Amino acid sequence: MAALSDFRLLRPASAADAVRLRGEHPASRFLAGGTDLLPNMRRGLVTAEAIIDLGGVAELAELRVVDAALHVGAGVTLATLAADPVVQARLPALAQAAASVAGPTHRTAATLGGNLCLDTRCMYYNQSEPWRHAIQNCMKIAGDTCRVATKSDRCWAAFSGDVAPALLALDAEVQVLGPQGSRRLSLADFYRDDGMAWLSLAADELLVSVRIPLTDGWVSAYEKLQVRGAIDFPLTGVAVALRREGDLIGDLRVACTGVSSRPELIGGLESLAGKPFDDAALALVEKQIKRGTQPMETTVINVSYRRRVTPVLAKRLLRRLWQAAA
Amino acid sequence: MKSILRLSVNGKPREDAVADNALLIDYLRDTLRLTGTKQGCDGGECGACTVLVDGQPRLSCCTLAHSVAGRDIETIEGLSHTGNLSRLQRAFHEHLGSQCGFCTPGMIMAAEALLRRNPHPDLPQIKAALAGNLCRCTGYVKIIESVEAASRTEELAA
Ligand SMILES: Cc1cc2nc3c(=O)[nH]c(=O)nc-3n(C[C@H](O)[C@H](O)[C@H](O)COP(=O)(O)OP(=O)(O)OC[C@H]3O[C@@H](n4cnc5c(N)ncnc54)[C@H](O)[C@@H]3O)c2cc1C
Ligand code: FES
Ligand code: FES
Repeated sequence: MAALSDFRLLRPASAADAVRLRGEHPASRFLAGGTDLLPNMRRGLVTAEAIIDLGGVAELAELRVVDAALHVGAGVTLATLAADPVVQARLPALAQAAASVAGPTHRTAATLGGNLCLDTRCMYYNQSEPWRHAIQNCMKIAGDTCRVATKSDRCWAAFSGDVAPALLALDAEVQVLGPQGSRRLSLADFYRDDGMAWLSLAADELLVSVRIPLTDGWVSAYEKLQVRGAIDFPLTGVAVALRREGDLIGDLRVACTGVSSRPELIGGLESLAGKPFDDAALALVEKQIKRGTQPMETTVINVSYRRRVTPVLAKRLLRRLWQAAA
Repeated sequence: MKSILRLSVNGKPREDAVADNALLIDYLRDTLRLTGTKQGCDGGECGACTVLVDGQPRLSCCTLAHSVAGRDIETIEGLSHTGNLSRLQRAFHEHLGSQCGFCTPGMIMAAEALLRRNPHPDLPQIKAALAGNLCRCTGYVKIIESVEAASRTEELAA
């Protein structure tokens, strides 16, 4: 197995220094928990001349409630997030999603920032060097075709992080720091539908924190389908958040992962506000999920199954939440 | 490029010149010759490399050595005291929790972290704590029985 390529390790103490170093070293990468980046570097998927270790940046470790919103620094580990009492009580979809990432020995290191910036995945990409070489590499690494859709001019690798859909359903915003200063954007705007360039983040921008509103009356949940129950990336994952008003739907948000190059907040569900929770409502959810996601042959499990099961997960979660919110 | 790394390994302070790109597992195995920690996969999949960092289980194959500067590292070699096996090591020995033994150091370190946090875990808690550790030999039943047996035993005094 390959050792890591040679690089310089830089250990900034502040977010501003991290951004400055990233600008000074164009061929560098930020390192958080390392559970995605370091295996990818060992497989030759990522190369870097300098690694900027974010472990010493105290600002990224913040986790507190301010003005009816939870602020979570990008460096907070998934183990901490999943065990946090506010997250468990008020944002169950987030607690469930964080607890479902990889295994417990990953989650003690893995961070929220690393999970949101996770590289997109594909069975033609996440392979050893000799394996990839044998198929002449795909366009995401050094080749010129997408092995999943050979006639397509884009890469279809799937975003497969578990936490992003939960945060989309919970209406989160992110704060980003770059050389020009800091900006806020909705988490939906943080992503792009492109397997090779799935973040709207510039190379020298750092994800600093996530802000999640703590709004009364919402219930939420996350569920994923995986090949192995113990540890696995989602073949598909669904987060839902629901506000019930008596016998009517107050508001409802659904987001999916593993079934597009970005986590998808499902559109076209606004019309359900004020409607009864009935078969017609669930049929619209199903239709909009099918319209808004595009699973491709990126995993060993077949596409038509993933396409059919995604709305099934969503409807199951919605029925459960509807009862729980009564 | 190398720079000085200061940390504690199995209770002893260390100061070594370590390459920037050295993984914690390579530092432990190649520099310190603590070869109990195993490399079982090409990165992050198997748990054989599990060590404790400030008491928390961590994959040493997905951790840069310099990222744990100043921290307390514990490896399988640190568990036995004056020649006595720890309760988990004894339980794995007596309950056949180990066959080829390759996964065992990682299993024991992950189980050690669990028992320190939760001395009497139930079955789902044991399974959850070992979810990141693969074994090709035992079929897991004997491993779980070993952890259960250890949780019923007192640690021998050091
Ligand atoms: C066996 C195995 C199973 C896994 N299973 C799952 C799973 O089920 N679900 C899942 O979601 N993930 C899974 N993962 C992937 C990974 O462990 C997690 O996604 C983890 O949360 C990544 O976080 P990290 O801190 O380790 O990221 P790192 O590896 O440190 O970084 C990941 C990427 O994010 C960038 N980055 C990190 N922080 C920032 C920041 N603040 N600003 C800008 N860029 C940043 C890095 O440059 C890098 O490109 C698995 C990994 C393995 C090895
Ligand atoms: S060697 Fe670290 S997880 Fe396999
Ligand atoms: S005893 Fe052989 S791998 Fe577990």
